[in-house]
Amino acid sequence: MTAAVLSGEGRSPVKVVASAAPVVVLLWVLPYVLAPYKTLLLTYGLVMAIAALGFNLLLGYTGLLSFGHSAFFGVGAYAVAFMVKYLDLTSMELFIVGATVASAFVTALFGLVCVRYTRIFFSILTLALSQVLWSLAFKFFWVTGGTDGLRVPTPRLLGRAVAASEDKTTFLVHAYYSYVLVVFLACVALMWVIVNSPFGKALQAIRDNETRAEFVGVQIWRYRWIAFMVSGVFTGLAGALWVPLNGLTTPDILYWPFSGEIVFMAVLGGFRTFSGPIVGAIVFNYLKTYAVGFTVYWQLLLGVILVTLVLALPTGITGTAGQLLARLRRAA
Amino acid sequence: MSLLLTTKLTKHFGENRAVDGVDFAVREGQVLALIGSNGAGKTSLVNLISGLLRADSGQIQFRGVDVTAESVHGRIRAGIARSFQLVNLFDQLTCLDNVALSIFAREGKARKLFSLARRYRGIWEEAAEVLHRFGLDGKARMLAGGIAQGERKLLDVAVAYALHPRLLFLDEPTSGVSTREKAPIMDTISSIVRSQGITAVIIEHDMDIVFNYSDRIVCMHQGTILAEGTPDEIRRNESVTTTLIGTPAS
Ligand SMILES: Nc1ncnc2c1ncn2[C@@H]1O[C@H](COP(=O)(O)OP(=O)(O)OP(=O)(O)O)[C@@H](O)[C@H]1O
Ligand SMILES: [Mg+2]
Repeated sequence: MTAAVLSGEGRSPVKVVASAAPVVVLLWVLPYVLAPYKTLLLTYGLVMAIAALGFNLLLGYTGLLSFGHSAFFGVGAYAVAFMVKYLDLTSMELFIVGATVASAFVTALFGLVCVRYTRIFFSILTLALSQVLWSLAFKFFWVTGGTDGLRVPTPRLLGRAVAASEDKTTFLVHAYYSYVLVVFLACVALMWVIVNSPFGKALQAIRDNETRAEFVGVQIWRYRWIAFMVSGVFTGLAGALWVPLNGLTTPDILYWPFSGEIVFMAVLGGFRTFSGPIVGAIVFNYLKTYAVGFTVYWQLLLGVILVTLVLALPTGITGTAGQLLARLRRAA
Repeated sequence: MSLLLTTKLTKHFGENRAVDGVDFAVREGQVLALIGSNGAGKTSLVNLISGLLRADSGQIQFRGVDVTAESVHGRIRAGIARSFQLVNLFDQLTCLDNVALSIFAREGKARKLFSLARRYRGIWEEAAEVLHRFGLDGKARMLAGGIAQGERKLLDVAVAYALHPRLLFLDEPTSGVSTREKAPIMDTISSIVRSQGITAVIIEHDMDIVFNYSDRIVCMHQGTILAEGTPDEIRRNESVTTTLIGTPAS
């Protein structure tokens, strides 16, 4: 049933926008109602949602489980940090352009190697390549700042700097949140078009049956390569949006557990639906924050939650919600 | 001149001579039946011609052009399409999507990344028309993984047909369905192939079907061509009847 969500000639864009509108309005007013701290968490959630959305183009639509998306997130983040450190830039728009170019370059390169493999071999290759970047971040500490990382000050948004009267939290919770929200919505719209495009159909065909896809004339590795790049660029963009929020980038975001978190988000929300990774990313951020505050063994706790979820809700939050809705509708 | 011509085409799997120096010709407009007992090398021959397998030696000419070194994609472009002995579909896509994808690929539109698939009205109409021809109208919005075996066999053929091939290979289009279903499936396929003037090679075990639906028959045995001729000639050919005796009828 959930698979049907990904299929068909696709719903009319007008209807999709109409059904998404209430959520957009809600996201727009939330900063005025929520405590600043909660809005901050939501901002992180939206940023990670872009990363998870990119990740899921590979997992949900192409059938490739990447265990190295931390690499692309890190490339986006470090691209911004380098632009600050070496070019003295402060414009968020330039950061976005820079991070996009940098992550497109790295994903194009990594993709050439990885997309020739599938299943566990693909996962291990992506993992290995991301670990290479991670170790480079240590080795070239005079460039990357090593474990200290690189600081990134608050950027200018559309040429506007933080007013002297404004404190950093207010800036992040209002101006920056709105900025992230707009980029997030643009990314969601773009990804929705991509997965509902002929190309998106071809990816799903490759996922379902590689041999047959080849025998209708789809050049598999080319499609996978493009999907890999699109996926990585979304994640790199998320990295760029994340640095100003965090104020600092360290090699932690290149390390494999961070890739694991992105996988977690998609599985938690449901990788078989379009919106699953978005919901997963936002929920994960709250979960993680509370788990960290609750116990030093937060990773263990999250692990237990993940296992429970996979067993109890194999279709994730959105998949299960969809099934419940369908059942309610049938009962009514 | 032949549409397809193979010369000394060979593929060995270790000691197993699956295809052993085969000269195989298909003339334009023919419906040719490829017969032979289990393991005779029929599927392997089609795998070589369609590009799924690489030949050890020998040549494949299609429309006078050597395609031996051509990629699968190149052969499809040239006009060779195939279905599969074991159904090979996109199970989590709808039946309509399965056929539409062939058309998108054929039209060179499958690479379009930034436009919605639903915009291509003509392609969806054609896909619906193809399903209609194959008697699968009612299944358009069902997942390919969720329809009956006989319908899956037909859909498998429809996906290949939608590529508008010049030469269509059908590897046992009626295997795995009940005897009762075989004739209707063959009727459907045969009428489409003949009305469109498609050249077809059909691998089949059921001799009634072979004699009823083909213009010409090629019989393989242990990787080589044992005999070829019209249905009447093959019916009277003793070496064919003896090799096929003792093999199951389907
Ligand atoms: N990929 C492969 N690797 C090793 N041996 C193979 C492979 N494919 C086919 N064979 C062998 O080659 C021989 C011919 O097989 P093939 O599938 O072409 O026969 P067939 O005529 O299609 O038989 P059937 O009627 O059972 O489908 C068989 O002995 C088979 O075991
Ligand atoms: Mg066979």
